[in-house]
Amino acid sequence: MEYEKIKVTEPIVTINDLNLYYGKTKALKGINLDISKKKITAFIGPSGCGKSTLIRCLNRMNDIIDNVTIEGSIKIDGQDIYAHTVDITELRKKVGMVFQKPNPFPKTIYENVVYGPRVQGINKKNTLDDICENALKKAALWDEVKDRLRVNALDLSGGQQQRICIARAIATEPEIILLDEPCSALDPIATAKIEDMLVELKKDYTVIIVTHNMQQAGRISDHTGFFMMGKLIEYDITTEIFTNPREKQTEDYITGRFG
Amino acid sequence: MTREAYHKALIKLENEVLLMGDMVAHAIKKSVESLRKRDINTSKEIVKNDLLINKKRFDIEEQCIALIATQQPMAVDLRTLTSILSIVTDLERMGDHAGGIAKINILMGDEPLVKPLIDIPRMADIGLSMLDTCLKAFVDRNTELARRICNEDDQVDALHDQIYRELLVLMMENPRIIHMATYLIWVSHNLERIADRVTNIAERIVFMVTGKMEEINVSKY
Repeated sequence: MEYEKIKVTEPIVTINDLNLYYGKTKALKGINLDISKKKITAFIGPSGCGKSTLIRCLNRMNDIIDNVTIEGSIKIDGQDIYAHTVDITELRKKVGMVFQKPNPFPKTIYENVVYGPRVQGINKKNTLDDICENALKKAALWDEVKDRLRVNALDLSGGQQQRICIARAIATEPEIILLDEPCSALDPIATAKIEDMLVELKKDYTVIIVTHNMQQAGRISDHTGFFMMGKLIEYDITTEIFTNPREKQTEDYITGRFG
Repeated sequence: MTREAYHKALIKLENEVLLMGDMVAHAIKKSVESLRKRDINTSKEIVKNDLLINKKRFDIEEQCIALIATQQPMAVDLRTLTSILSIVTDLERMGDHAGGIAKINILMGDEPLVKPLIDIPRMADIGLSMLDTCLKAFVDRNTELARRICNEDDQVDALHDQIYRELLVLMMENPRIIHMATYLIWVSHNLERIADRVTNIAERIVFMVTGKMEEINVSKY
């Protein structure tokens, strides 16, 4: 189905005619989409609609799955991320990712956060200290953990662990942060903290979030894409999607008439 | 269909709006009828029953708020609920106008009317027909019907003008009837406002269906 593109003034990601196959199964069908810089873009849709598959394309997480074929192009900052010359490590540094379940390393809070910079070869303690403090502040966790940076990250609550993961992603100074259902394992208070933090983060980063929670998409995102059966059905300003969607399929999904 | 209980609640709410619409239509019809028949007892009943209309409005509002709080309605459902909140406010005011006409009849007591009632019942008939069409448009989500209602409002406005001018002439001829003539101008004004309220509802219906807020009642008056 054709849709009029919303006006994305400063696209950081440009997706053109993207098809993705798992073996012979077509999981993404002709996706065309521009994503705005320093905005929060939410992808919603029923399970299996392709929204997670799509964000995994943005840092080439699908490369690690056998049998995946990708057609079309994805450009980030104008560069085709599937070109042979692309350094995947560099790409993943630029495009950080946070998953559904908090997955901190079984290390101290400090070591979790500075893991990325260390891998990049930063060893100076002062620099690492600064990076740690900065990232934890941006992840709205500094005040809660500043006195116990040497505590094992696994001893923290689920919401705190998820913010550690976000701080870990921020520490490598990415441009884009991908979040795949980051709050689905968290209680409402932890969720609210993460949402507040994401709204703060968009001052510096482009945030792309996959969520099953439509109210969450409504609360925090600027733009929303609705997916169904591998297709992008509708993509618009979030308030339009939730008050007056153009497509009947979107309407039916968000009003709970199917799905 | 999923979320069955929620969608049943929405349907129930729409039925309540229709019921309230009927209550208001009944009050308007009876208010003008009792004025024509100079039936003060019926007028008193209308004033009393206005409380039931007010209560119905609060009931519907509460149900809307509960659905918004618990079900997070979206898109067309959200527009329907916010439209209902606005529609019941208009209906409630229309009920007040009917009550206003009834009170005028009570105030006039058994003094004779200064002229036979011809245009006032016509205004009421057009207003009632507008309301009826409006409730149909609400049920059928028919924007064309809703838009058409707004044109009829001009007829009511024209009648109001005509009544006003006619009574003005009568008052100039015979200042002793001023108080009774003024009562009738108030009645006409109440009916004029009733028709205006119907056009508000019609605009809400257009919004409910299309998602666009637009002024469709641009009267030439």
